Amino acid sequence: MAYSAEKLNEEKVFKDPVHRYIHVRDRAIWDLVGTKEFQRLRRIKQLGTTYLTFHGAEHSRFNHSLGVYEIVRRIVDTVFAGRPEWNEEERLLSLCAALLHDLGHGPFSHSFEKVFDLDHENFTRAIILGDTEVNKVLTRISADFPKKVADVIAKTYEDKLVVSLISSQIDADRMDYLQRDAYFTGVSYGHFDMERILRVMRPKEDQVVFKQSGMHAVEDYIMSRYQMYWQVYFHPVTRSAEVILTKILHRAKHLHEQGYSFKHMPLHFYSLFEEKVTLEDYLKLDEGVFLYYFQIWQEEEDEVLKDLCCRFINRNLFKYVEFDPAREYKKLAKLSQLFVEAGIDPEYYLVVDSSSDLPYDFYRPGEEEERLPIHLQMKNGELRELSRESEIVDAISGKRRTDHKLYYPADFVSGSEEIRKLLEL
Amino acid sequence: MLKDHAKIIHAIALSGEVIGRKKLQKMIYIAKKMNFPFQERFQFHFYGPYSEELTLRVEELCNMGFLNEVKEQKGGYYQYRYTLTEAGEEFLGEHSVDMPCLGDCLGDINSQNARFLELVSTILYFDSLPEDEVKEKVLTVKKSQKYTDEEFANAYQYIENLKGMARQ
Repeated sequence: MAYSAEKLNEEKVFKDPVHRYIHVRDRAIWDLVGTKEFQRLRRIKQLGTTYLTFHGAEHSRFNHSLGVYEIVRRIVDTVFAGRPEWNEEERLLSLCAALLHDLGHGPFSHSFEKVFDLDHENFTRAIILGDTEVNKVLTRISADFPKKVADVIAKTYEDKLVVSLISSQIDADRMDYLQRDAYFTGVSYGHFDMERILRVMRPKEDQVVFKQSGMHAVEDYIMSRYQMYWQVYFHPVTRSAEVILTKILHRAKHLHEQGYSFKHMPLHFYSLFEEKVTLEDYLKLDEGVFLYYFQIWQEEEDEVLKDLCCRFINRNLFKYVEFDPAREYKKLAKLSQLFVEAGIDPEYYLVVDSSSDLPYDFYRPGEEEERLPIHLQMKNGELRELSRESEIVDAISGKRRTDHKLYYPADFVSGSEEIRKLLEL
Repeated sequence: MLKDHAKIIHAIALSGEVIGRKKLQKMIYIAKKMNFPFQERFQFHFYGPYSEELTLRVEELCNMGFLNEVKEQKGGYYQYRYTLTEAGEEFLGEHSVDMPCLGDCLGDINSQNARFLELVSTILYFDSLPEDEVKEKVLTVKKSQKYTDEEFANAYQYIENLKGMARQ
């Protein structure tokens, strides 16, 4: 029997708090889960530094990847199966792409990618196409299968219906992380009726559309996205931890460039500092490795690195005030000057954090061909963009909401009346 | 601080007026591929390279009052026009941005039509592939556009000219 069609003797199931069970029958999927590159995802948290705000948010990209796989499995095996628009030969490709879509994420990936100018999508592709266990499993299916999986994840695969299952305005990726993040953070915002959404999904040429009768379930999902962003993803305390983490990485890189002699050689970071990261180097990185260095850097001679690491490890985070760049950018220059005079380096200790630093794709209908919107299929077969039919979605998609905060170490500035006054403390 | 915001304001100031969010996305993407130091990250979406960071940054700049956005109805969709406000000019006056040659490049890109810019930006997105594979890839992901060999040749020539302009 061809490997692509090979089934396990009996179905394997993973217990899952969000989907109850994750079902695996395909031999290839089972083998992919067992690869070391996929197992590495257990050591990368799904929500990065959010655990410092919501202590339950310790779930990993491993959990999430299995969840995305399970949602796609339900869609292709129950919703799409037998429909003329769906090509059954794309089933295994869709499942593999769903399972592997986050494979290239690094530790605390948002800050990490920003500081070292890396892109997890490139590493996902490199892992799938490189000399890895994942590649060996995929190549057993067919020689060109790894490339197909990489193309689906890069959103450049020819069958856009397959791409849209894991990457569109309402896809398996988002449906899993909203519910999973809500579950693990303990908030009540991220819930929506996924079963209903799956029931009203229809494949249509190169996109997934939704029956008009399911509009309210889709509205609920859009609201959930909106609320999770402001309540969880862009939480100011999480952003404070993220600011410190980014500054730690910047400082360590800067020290290396200045020829600083670290007490303990940061071997895992050298290829990052020198921007020559190989796939082998990359796969050795996980959050355990990063936290180990942050732990030992608390004893470094460099006062800035030492202080920032102590803050991160012991959750002594920066405080913040609301900041309006339009009115207050001159004040920021004055504050910078006062920080320098007080012996506090503003480069590391006075930070404006904007919503565009953590972009989250609010649902917007946009311009023609800007991004593919969510389409409802009306009873007469016509497609209508969601916000044209839904007043709720129209209300939130038309509303601009952006946010800027100014972060600073409260303990460092407590002695300066002038700084406190400018910060309006 | 706010350096990345200043770069976008600077780009729009140099362009005079940008008609369409899609065009603005293409302009910044192409400029970034010409090695101008824009920090926004782009990914391939259904219609081509797209940056959510850029979308949000522009939204922030409108909220700050540094950019003026005019929304116009165009068929079943809206189209947006962007220009700099007085407050934006003042902000830029205090945040110098050093990107020589950007004005010439953006002026030229802004004068090209949307179909051509879509081809140019998609070619640039796949520029790590060999040229014959780039063509195959573009024809796959942009099947409905039916680009001709002549258009490909013009796009490659245009990219070379832009690179020269960016280096001057």
